[in-house]
Amino acid sequence: MTLSAILPAVRRYPTIAIGGVLLAFVALAALLAPWIAGDPIGFEPINRLKPPSEAFLLGTDSLGRDVYARLVYGARISLLVGLTVALIAVVSGALIGLIAGYFPRVDAVIMRVMDGIMAIPAILLAIALVALMGSSVLVVIIAISIPEVPRVCRLVRSVVLSVRNLPFVEAARSNGTRVPKLLRRHILPSTVAPLIVQATYICASAILTEAGLSFLGAGTPPEIPTWGNMIASSRLFLMLAPWTVFAPGICLALVVLAVNLLGDGLRDRLDPRISRRM
Amino acid sequence: MLSYILRRLLGVIPVMLVVGVFVFSLLYLAPGDPAAIIAGDNATEENIARIRANLGLDRPFLVQFFDWGGSVLQGDLGVSMFSGIPVIELVRQRMEATISLTVTTLLVAVVLAVTLGVLAAWRAGSLLDRAVMGVAVTGFSVPVFVVGYILVYYLSMKLRWFPVQGYRPIADGLWDWARHLVLPSLALGLAYVALIARITRTSMLEVLSEDYIRTARAKGVATAPLLLWHALRNAAVPIVTVIGIGIALLISGVVITETVFNIPGVGRLVVDAITRRDYPIIQGVMIIFAGVYVLINLAIDITYCFIDPRIRYT
Repeated sequence: MTLSAILPAVRRYPTIAIGGVLLAFVALAALLAPWIAGDPIGFEPINRLKPPSEAFLLGTDSLGRDVYARLVYGARISLLVGLTVALIAVVSGALIGLIAGYFPRVDAVIMRVMDGIMAIPAILLAIALVALMGSSVLVVIIAISIPEVPRVCRLVRSVVLSVRNLPFVEAARSNGTRVPKLLRRHILPSTVAPLIVQATYICASAILTEAGLSFLGAGTPPEIPTWGNMIASSRLFLMLAPWTVFAPGICLALVVLAVNLLGDGLRDRLDPRISRRM
Repeated sequence: MLSYILRRLLGVIPVMLVVGVFVFSLLYLAPGDPAAIIAGDNATEENIARIRANLGLDRPFLVQFFDWGGSVLQGDLGVSMFSGIPVIELVRQRMEATISLTVTTLLVAVVLAVTLGVLAAWRAGSLLDRAVMGVAVTGFSVPVFVVGYILVYYLSMKLRWFPVQGYRPIADGLWDWARHLVLPSLALGLAYVALIARITRTSMLEVLSEDYIRTARAKGVATAPLLLWHALRNAAVPIVTVIGIGIALLISGVVITETVFNIPGVGRLVVDAITRRDYPIIQGVMIIFAGVYVLINLAIDITYCFIDPRIRYT
C-alpha cells in the first residue's frame, strides 16, 4: 500500500491507527526481546539504582538489574496474558451465551451463575485462585479469564435473544437445520462484531488485572519480570529512583490506552449501536 | 411496584448462593488437611481420621456447605489460620479506613463525573468536550497504582502538600483524616470518574436531541434548569446503573490503593493473607465484598421506581 492510500484511512479512523501502531510496536519489541535487550534477570549490586545512562537506557533497579531489559521482557507477559484471556473469555463466554440465549430452560440457571460470578470482585477471585493453585502464568490467565466470562455471556445472550425469532432463523429452522449448525451458521455471525469489540476491552482489563496481581505479589512467579512486579519491587525507592517505578507504569498505561483506543475505534467502525459495557 | 421490589429482594438469594458455593469450594479444595495439621507430626492415621470426624470434615460436600452457609448467615466467617482471631473481628477493626476511603471516593467521583459529563454533552464537540473525553479514555487506561505513585511522587515527595501514606481515624481529627484521604481517593476515583463521565455524556446527548428539550428551550427555560431538571432527570437511569456496576471497580481498586498508600483497611487484610495462605480471611472478605456489591445494586434497582415513573414494573 502506498502512503496516499494509507493516509485517508488514518484520518478516518485515527483511534484505530494510533492504537494499532502503538500495539504493533510493543508486540515487535516483545518478540525481538532477546536481540534488542540485555539480560533482564542478572543483577550487579555495584550498579544499584543507577540513573538512565548510555550503558543502562532506563537505569537500574534496587538490585542493579537493567530496567530497560526488564521492561522489554515484561511486555511479553502483558501481551500474552491480555491476548489469551481475551481469547479464552470470548470463546467460553460465547458458547455459554449461545446456549443460554437459545434454550430458555437452562437460561435462568446459567444467568444466575453468571450474576454470582459477577458479584465477586475480579481481583479477589483471582487472588483466591492463585493462592489455591500456586502462582504460574497459566494460573494467572485462568484466574483472570473466569470473571470476564459473564460479560461475554450476557452480550452474546442478548444478541441471540434478539435474532432467534427473526425470519431468516425461522426459515433455517423450518428447513430442518439441526441446532448446532443453526447456532453456528445462522446465529453466531450476528455476534461477531460486538464480540471483537468486547475482546479488545477484555484484553485491556486483563492487562490491568495481571499488573495489579503482580503488584500485590499474587501474580506470576517473582523471577519472571512483569511490569506489575517491577513496580512492586521498586516502590520503596520511588524517591531515590523514580524511573524504576515510572518506566513500567508509563508502559502499562500506554499499552492499555492503545488497546482501549483500538476498541473504541473498532466499535465506531463495526457497530455504532453498542456502547461500552462493563 | 411492591411486587417488583419483593421479586428483586428474592433475586438476591440465588446470586449469593452461587457466591457462597464458589467461596466455600475454595476452602474445600485448599491444599493442606486441617485435621493433619491439628494432629501434629507424630499422629497416626487413626488419630487424623478421628479429628476429621470431630471437625465434621468427613461429611459430604453439600452437608458441609450448608453447615458453613448457616454460620456465615449468623455472622460467623471463621477464624484466621494465622492469628486465631475471628475473621469478622479482623474486618471490624479495619472497616473504618476502607469505608472512609470508598464512601468519600464514591461521593466526590459521582458529583465530579456527572458534572463533567453534563458539561461535555451540553457543549458537544467543543474543546471542553474533547478534554473531558480525553481524560475519560486515559483515566480508564492508567492503573490505580501508577496514578497513586505519580501523585505521591509529585504532590507528597516534591511539593509536600499531602502525607506520603497512612491513615488517621476520624476520631483523631477531621482535618488530619481528610488530608490522608485526598491522594488515595484521587487514585482510586480516576477510573470511576472516567466510566461515569462517559455514560453521562452519552445518555445526556441522547436526551438533549429530543423534541421536548427543544420545546422547553423555546418556552424560555434557562440553561441550568434545562440541563439539570429537564434533561438529567430523564438521562438518569443508565447513569445510575453504571454507578452501581462500577462499584466492582471501586472494590477491586480499594485492595490495590490500600497497598499503595499503606492504609490498614480490609483490602490490606486480604493482601497480607495471600502470602500467609490464610484462606478464611480471603473467603470472608470475598463474601463481604460480594454482599456489599449485590446490596448496592439491589438498592439501585429499587431506586429506579422513584427516578423513572415511566418504567412499569409488572
